[in-house]
Amino acid sequence: MITVSLLLTLLAAGAVSGPPIVQPGAPGQPSREITAEHSRALSQTRHTAADIRFMQHMIVHHQQAVDMVALIEGRTANPSIIAMGGRIARSQDDEIAMMRDWLERRGEAVEADDLHAHHSHGSHGGHDHHHHTAADPDDIPLMTGMLSVNQMRALEAARGDAFDRLFLEGMIHHHEGALLMVDELLAQPGAAEDIIMSDFTGHIVADQMAEILRMQNLLAALPPAEAEDAAGNSHHHHHHH
Amino acid sequence: MKKLLKCTAALGALSLALGAGLAHAQVNTVGEDERTHLSGGLFDAGSASSNMELEHTVPPIDAFFDERALFAPARFMAEMMAAREAAERGEEATPPAFTPLAMANTDFAFQGDHVFMGNYHGFLVYNIAGDAPELVSAVVCPGGQGDVSVHGNLLFLSVEHNRARLDCGSESAEGTVNPDRFRGIRIFDISDLTAPRQIAAVQTCRGSHTHTLVPDPNDTNILYVYNSGTQPVRPGDELGICSDGQPGENPETSLYSIDIIRVPLDAPETAELISSPRIFADRDTGEIAGLWQGGQLGVASQRTSQTNHCHDITVYPELNLAAGACSGNGILLDISDPANPSRISEMFDPDMAYWHSATFNNEGNVVVFTDEWGGGTAARCRAEDPAHWGANLIATIENNTLRGQAFFKLPAIQGASENCVAHNGSLVPVPGRDIMVQSWYQGGVSVMDFTDPQNPFEIAYFDRGPVDPDNLVVAGYWSSYWYNGRIYASEIARGLDVLRLTTSEHLSEAELAAAEAVIEREVNPQTQTRIVWEDTPVVARAYLDQLARGEAVEARLMERASTEIARWADGRMNRGNLRRLSRDLASAAAGAEGRDGVRLTALGEMLGRVAG
Repeated sequence: MITVSLLLTLLAAGAVSGPPIVQPGAPGQPSREITAEHSRALSQTRHTAADIRFMQHMIVHHQQAVDMVALIEGRTANPSIIAMGGRIARSQDDEIAMMRDWLERRGEAVEADDLHAHHSHGSHGGHDHHHHTAADPDDIPLMTGMLSVNQMRALEAARGDAFDRLFLEGMIHHHEGALLMVDELLAQPGAAEDIIMSDFTGHIVADQMAEILRMQNLLAALPPAEAEDAAGNSHHHHHHH
Repeated sequence: MKKLLKCTAALGALSLALGAGLAHAQVNTVGEDERTHLSGGLFDAGSASSNMELEHTVPPIDAFFDERALFAPARFMAEMMAAREAAERGEEATPPAFTPLAMANTDFAFQGDHVFMGNYHGFLVYNIAGDAPELVSAVVCPGGQGDVSVHGNLLFLSVEHNRARLDCGSESAEGTVNPDRFRGIRIFDISDLTAPRQIAAVQTCRGSHTHTLVPDPNDTNILYVYNSGTQPVRPGDELGICSDGQPGENPETSLYSIDIIRVPLDAPETAELISSPRIFADRDTGEIAGLWQGGQLGVASQRTSQTNHCHDITVYPELNLAAGACSGNGILLDISDPANPSRISEMFDPDMAYWHSATFNNEGNVVVFTDEWGGGTAARCRAEDPAHWGANLIATIENNTLRGQAFFKLPAIQGASENCVAHNGSLVPVPGRDIMVQSWYQGGVSVMDFTDPQNPFEIAYFDRGPVDPDNLVVAGYWSSYWYNGRIYASEIARGLDVLRLTTSEHLSEAELAAAEAVIEREVNPQTQTRIVWEDTPVVARAYLDQLARGEAVEARLMERASTEIARWADGRMNRGNLRRLSRDLASAAAGAEGRDGVRLTALGEMLGRVAG
């Protein structure tokens, strides 16, 4: 009787039909045999709403770096700023393409619903009436680690060393924002379990940290700011990661 | 130059950069050949081979194959777009689940009659005693990338993905910090190969991308594991030993180190992390971030990653040496005290994007470093890709100093739908030469002769067409390693392949037979042991074939050697003649240059031993 039921169990599990498919337990715990179907089910990862939002927001965030780099031409002749900018624009462009692809392949929208209002009114100097605060809405960045409309205007107006300084400070702030966004994502349950996401967040952290270090060195090499120009003042409220 | 360096914040790397330029600007050319236009298909792609034969191909089993795990077929994209459009129309729609690379085959370890193939989903055990490999068991333990090693009854597995769980499951847990999350090195008891059991799991701050076994030279009960973690630092709330940040603001940062795990073999369940040495520190100032800080050296240079981790470390315990492929640098470590490795040399090269892996030659005076430009998921062997980017960098070690000599890249243009870049390989044990078999993802398997480190060249290959000719689907060979006479190659999507070399103008019958006669009991390719050839006529003949390719030895001596070796092979050894021949070969060696001198010496000594 025992023999028969054991045999039936084995047949039901498909265990007699081929080499065992084994799922170990936690350290010290026994392993168990599972079916091929179960194995395949275990391989599936889901992406979460937080993952999608992260990718959508990071596209907008990266786009601002590309916009900042576009301001370099005609505003500075500093070759290291020009070279740095070119590198940043290329890498951010590549990552934007990758993120769009990630979203599209998963059937998700490339643009975030919660940023639409900001987009249409806020990003090119218009006023964003969704912020009911006493402060000038143009001082409020679209998201953590982005420059506000006024900061972008100041960058646009600056020239020479003043531009270099604003550009580097702004881009360091911008990159630190990306690191914060990764931190916030990884704090969400089940976030970044998608394998591509898991690797991508790693790349973002490595790349942005390396670029921050280089920009801090460039900043230190700039001539000291004399009688800080007005435009620079609006920039010194960054909190550091 | 100086100004540019200052501007790119590379002052710390100046000495490295100048000291490490390539000896000469050799760049092998990449053109089209029969590999360039092979027809595509997952299991029916066209193939091409030269001086190599595909002997067996073992497709994935159902439990380890899922089309949803392929990255990323157009069909699924279409299905998902359809689902999204349906949802927008207000219809109920579920996009198909999609987990790219979740069942990718990865690295290998070998022991006796068994091959262990790592997988993002766990590992697979094959028995190779018979003709074709037979699956013994398939172990399901998701977490990637499944870098695998074996030592006696223990198997070690690298785990890095955020999704990985202590119990090999996949259930999400609530909360921002997950005590069930596991990223580090798992240890399995494999005394029953049909039912491996997890016995330990050592957590690390950046997970485990690869690892390397290092035996203790003085205590056979102790095994060290060098762990290379490449992921972001885990939160301190989840793993108390971890903290993030640059060394300037946080001297305790979990960046800029490797991890050393100590495994007492009589109690492997007590394995623990014992240190995370600062092997990248500046020798003079002690600054933790002492090597390449990331970025480009010059306008036309590669963008080289920052050296805050190693990607892989290969040790050669007999020589007390380790070669580290460490993101922005190649480094050399003294491991005479394996618990306290110390850096003795480092090199940088402006054409290397990401130092990925290292392989010593048998002498231990040459290292092949690979550059995984593009991370392995990108097409980097196209006509427009530079012939020295994403290639092997062959470096010599002289006076404990690494020095770049030449690049070698797969010499056949691949398509835009084929991910291709230099990847993992190991030595082919042909006496008297330095030969390495290597994976190039969808560029196929290639065998490189680097006996002359300044003039590497290809001697054999096998390649399939793309999985999908119109769409890059990540596949191809992850690792190709020589083991006991055959090449085992892990195809990310298509399974396990076994290949054999064939004789050619580049490889004589005796050279191949001498290589196939080398039998090892246990091979972890990143833990190199010296290859030793037995004193046999076929090994002697292999040296002789090599000497015959050059003109270092006079014809009469070659004829005598050929005659005496043939007599020995036929059981008609003439000891007196062999002794005289041995002495004459030694004399000839004194006047011969380079590798031929080494071959003459080896042959002369062998014949002397045989003659008694």
